[in-house]
Amino acid sequence: MEVKQISVFLENKPGMLTEFAKILQKNDISMKALCLAETPEYGVLRIIVDDNYKIATVLKDEGYVYRVTPVLAAVIPDKPGSLVKILDVLAANDINLEYTYAFITREKDEAYIIIRVQDTEKANKVFREAGIKLLSQDEIDKM
Amino acid sequence: MNNCYQPDIETAPREQIKAWQDERLVRTVKHVYDHVEYYRNKMKAIGLEPGDIKSTEDLYKLPFMSKDDLREAYPYGLLAMPLKDCVRIQSTSGTTGKRVVAFYTQNDIDMWDECCARALVAAGATPEDVVHVSYGYGLFTGGAGFNGGSHKLGSLTLPMSSGNTDRQIQFMTDLHSTILCCTPSYAAYLTETICERGLQDQINLKAGIFGAEAWSEEMRHDIEDKLGIKAYDIYGLTEISGPGVSYECQEQDGMHINEDNFIAETIDPKTGKPVPDGEKGELVFTSITKEAFPLIRYRTKDICILNNEPCACGRTFKRMSKPLGRSDDMLIVKGVNVFPSQIETVLMNEGYPANYLITVTRENNSDKIELQVEITNEMFSDELSEVSKREKKLVNALKSMLGIYVDVRLVAPKTIERSEGKAKRVIDKRNI
Repeated sequence: MEVKQISVFLENKPGMLTEFAKILQKNDISMKALCLAETPEYGVLRIIVDDNYKIATVLKDEGYVYRVTPVLAAVIPDKPGSLVKILDVLAANDINLEYTYAFITREKDEAYIIIRVQDTEKANKVFREAGIKLLSQDEIDKM
Repeated sequence: MNNCYQPDIETAPREQIKAWQDERLVRTVKHVYDHVEYYRNKMKAIGLEPGDIKSTEDLYKLPFMSKDDLREAYPYGLLAMPLKDCVRIQSTSGTTGKRVVAFYTQNDIDMWDECCARALVAAGATPEDVVHVSYGYGLFTGGAGFNGGSHKLGSLTLPMSSGNTDRQIQFMTDLHSTILCCTPSYAAYLTETICERGLQDQINLKAGIFGAEAWSEEMRHDIEDKLGIKAYDIYGLTEISGPGVSYECQEQDGMHINEDNFIAETIDPKTGKPVPDGEKGELVFTSITKEAFPLIRYRTKDICILNNEPCACGRTFKRMSKPLGRSDDMLIVKGVNVFPSQIETVLMNEGYPANYLITVTRENNSDKIELQVEITNEMFSDELSEVSKREKKLVNALKSMLGIYVDVRLVAPKTIERSEGKAKRVIDKRNI
């Protein structure tokens, strides 16, 4: 079970993220999670949104360079130590974590960890075996 | 396939070409000596008489002409015919200073048109073709030259001029243009737009003739593949006539110089000494049939290699390589000669679009060269380390081509200005 992350190339200049956010606003696309990795010259914006088809169309029309990447969204209790369990499972199975970021929602007492690994399928399997719940794209869209 | 507009001339035996050149050179030298004070003074200053020039073997005795001479003699100082016999003026873009104007009699125009018709036929044009001319019309020689050549050949001519890309593409599809003539950077832009709109199937082009600025083999292949055409190079300069001084044949291996009208030499740019065929040198032209504005040993500043080997197409005219660089365009960064065409080659090899901007600055007496490149979907990744790895690969490729470090800056697509004429690729902010 994987979810889709949209990664977007942004130049590291004032106003670039604003411009991007306005496009989402205009098209009524809601961001569930956001993470920005940057160099002095450019950044890679990674987002999880509620409508992947729409955002892909919009970004294409607006001329952005972007990529759709499969990531895992693990559900953990919103309390200290929860992340350790996830990381232990990955380490025990020799899976390297490329990057990760987290988000929470108002409704539930849960936290969500976005995990990017090279072998998504393997990570999926080991999480399932360890009894860790993963969100589906459907669940994200309905959040 | 031996498609020549004037086979008797274009495939004439070398001895015949030499005989034409000998006779026409002698005549031209006498013509300028008798009618142009500027030439007379230059020749007298070194004790040279027209009678000293008996054949092309004596060419080296004649003094060089440069753009500075043209500026000094502006506007009428090199005119070799009465104004009443002139029918046209064309001019250079004047980007490097005062404009240079060139005068043409009707015979000069006819000769120029013929040269362009040869180029069109070499690219496969026939009277059945629709020649789409997207070079600028006006003082610039691009539009006028191809317009004249296409008329001479009897093809249907579309005098589009440059700009208005939507209209260009509409005419191209509605009127079934078969031969496209424009600058290579505009050809690349048109190609990109046509592909973006998915109109490849509605385009009837079979060939393109792209000149007036430097372009690489990679760019040629890219345009050829995307539009399904053959892309030909052409060379020329206003001072000598315009496009069609030399042109490519189906072999696409160098441009045949119209040697019945122009004598080409290559020289060492520092010493002025002739360089043998097959070696790099500055290209020098002497026009031997022009009436109004003949130029003797004009230094083009283009670095080229001349090739006298027989060509498989059957033409006997000597070939010149694509200019390997132009000393005006040539940048000296940290003491190293850098040609924008080299950078373009690396970009195409590495899969980047050939749309780029070079900025040279000087900080603390040290040169810095920055290259802005548009990132593509293929080059992008959600992982920063992956993007910077690709960026580093480009930096290394540039370093191995140029020998210096280039600061690569990845920018968003479509942020570098597209050009509809000659592309502005270099900004030199050093005040030296």
